[in-house]
Amino acid sequence: MGEVATATRRVPAAALPARLREPWWAPRRRERLLQVAFLVPAVLYLALFFGYPVVQNVVMGFQEYTTRTFYTGEAPWVGLDNYATVLASPLFGQAMLNTVLFTVGSIAGQFCIGLAIAVFFQRKFPLSGLLRSLLLLPWLIPLIVSGAVWRWILDQDNGALNRFLGGLGLVGENPGWLTSTSLALIAVIGVNIWIGIPFNTTILYGGLQDVPEELYEAAALDGATGWRAFRHVTWPLLRPVVNVVLVLGVVYTIKVLDIILGLTGGGPANATQTIATQSYHLSFREFRFGEGAALGNVLIVISLVFALLYLRANRKAVRG
Amino acid sequence: MARRGAVLELTALVAVAGMALAACGGGGTAGPGGGDASTIRVLDYYNNEPDRSVYAKTLDTCGQQAGVKIEREVVPGASLIPKVLQQASSRTLPDVLMLDNPDVQQIAATGALAPISDFGLSTDGYAEGVVSASTFEGKVYGLQPVTNTIGLFYNKDLLAEAGITPPTTWDELKTAAAALTKGERYGVAFSAVADYEGAWQFLPFMWSNGGDETNIAGPETAQALQLWVDLVNSGSASRSVLNWGQADVKDQFAAGNAAMMVNGPWQFPALDKVQGLNYDVVPIPVPRAGATAVAPLGGETWTLPQTGNAARQAKAAEIVKCLNTDDTQLALASERNTVPTKTALRERFVSEVPRMAAFTAQVQTARSRTGKLGAEWPATATKIYTAVQTAITGGASPQQALQQAQNG
Repeated sequence: MGEVATATRRVPAAALPARLREPWWAPRRRERLLQVAFLVPAVLYLALFFGYPVVQNVVMGFQEYTTRTFYTGEAPWVGLDNYATVLASPLFGQAMLNTVLFTVGSIAGQFCIGLAIAVFFQRKFPLSGLLRSLLLLPWLIPLIVSGAVWRWILDQDNGALNRFLGGLGLVGENPGWLTSTSLALIAVIGVNIWIGIPFNTTILYGGLQDVPEELYEAAALDGATGWRAFRHVTWPLLRPVVNVVLVLGVVYTIKVLDIILGLTGGGPANATQTIATQSYHLSFREFRFGEGAALGNVLIVISLVFALLYLRANRKAVRG
Repeated sequence: MARRGAVLELTALVAVAGMALAACGGGGTAGPGGGDASTIRVLDYYNNEPDRSVYAKTLDTCGQQAGVKIEREVVPGASLIPKVLQQASSRTLPDVLMLDNPDVQQIAATGALAPISDFGLSTDGYAEGVVSASTFEGKVYGLQPVTNTIGLFYNKDLLAEAGITPPTTWDELKTAAAALTKGERYGVAFSAVADYEGAWQFLPFMWSNGGDETNIAGPETAQALQLWVDLVNSGSASRSVLNWGQADVKDQFAAGNAAMMVNGPWQFPALDKVQGLNYDVVPIPVPRAGATAVAPLGGETWTLPQTGNAARQAKAAEIVKCLNTDDTQLALASERNTVPTKTALRERFVSEVPRMAAFTAQVQTARSRTGKLGAEWPATATKIYTAVQTAITGGASPQQALQQAQNG
């Protein structure tokens, strides 16, 4: 959408008043119509597959929408009742806190490790291309599969991680990575970081490739190498890409569902329950679709804020 | 419900994506409900062997008897309800619909199902608990040919080695589990997972002690939860029970990591394949000697959706009737390791399939999850497993955890 908007804006502003007076078949107006015609499929697609579900979800949040509704079509309007129920639930505070911790923790981990790896791969060395493609593996494995494997790795008694730690003599008693209320969220964040590293590395690596080599050479002449070169050359030029990575990361992370369901199902004792998993549970496990939709809408609003930030960051990046 | 995995549920998400669209667009069309009654559409979730082919055979036989062709669709367990809801809104429900028994009242409440009395079918001779699961506002909405429940599996070799007889009371269970815990092996395994499976496994302990699902904050339920907490805190059961579904529990038992486990007869085929594993089943231990074990009823019910085509509905009712004859019940029960729901068949069944004796005995006194709560069951099940998890992780005492969940 961003590019399309700027493209149409490029029509010289001075031409506008003249065009308004022209009949529709005049060449300029026809060009304008043609432009609109090109937009129609995209707009239709967006309205049907993005607009409609969102509107439907917003409406559902104000309705008593149950299994009954599917057959009878009756969904009584209940105003803000669903929101009141969902927001007043003692679980909401915990789910919100978990969502924030999960998102911030995941993004911080993914970004730092992703950036470190991207900088590392900037140097050319034998097999670097092969290694870089292997790095994409977590991205390529279906989430359900990686979830099952991690569940096995993190198992308290027979998990590979605890066997490894025990072998090194690092831990006396096996930590319950997925069964302790204090560790489960950390474990889930850890797995999500592992999944997110390829995305961060790939985008940041692309950004790094755009930093002109001459700048490093010039900086080196001025005595800026290593950390100082990164601080004063790489980082400022990478900023637009960083913004995009971070904002997209938040939008992707805040709605994570499959990994949490696969690893802990929101447990133990709701220690890994997020807004997304709670919304899923209300809708599809308890059949309280209205309340589930209300909670989903809270998530949509949060994502929307970050989506707007993304659009701004993206515009800067394009211009920058 | 017993076998639905959390991971499988994800597949449901995909199916559900189209649901909102269907919800609005439906209503007008008649769908494939029209037409003649020569083919009958059947929908179920028996997508694993041996269930899949056992039912394929049974349905075909019943179809031949009724003079119709069976058009069967099988979906994974977790996708069934999303699919049914989508079909309900687009008026494309099948003629014969299988539902997990705790879901029957939920779907009957929508008005999408026809009472079986409309077709002259009755539940005379059926176990009371089984009928209560299919009953909504005084009317019965389906017939369930076979049922199941959970019992206590034990490793015969390990118990013999330790000179222990299978426990029958809670005290014996604690003692036996402690004695059987050795090295990396735990005495007992069960599922306390953050899902309905966790609640389902807790029910026999809660119910046998007089606990009531309409108010889980009672002392009887707290005592049952204390038993589970004690088993974990004493080290007789792994803390991983918090993250084990019933399939994981079975894997632990099969691998020799647990000497006893709470599980159901659908694990027989998998356990039989394990070389060198000698096991047997006894009813779930009761609080005191002489107390009655009250376990939850599992299994699926065959219902008749309102398709608006009387001729087809009549044929569909014939199929459901055929699935519930004495012979079919007995055949299904022995081939699928389940228990016939007609009480008169039990003695004959146990004499034919002795290893189902413990489960058959438990079914006599078992109750359905939705008998008292109906469509409120999912909300209460969530409270139960949340309280169980809170108590086992040490977040609160059993009494406090249950009180919090009840208020929650």
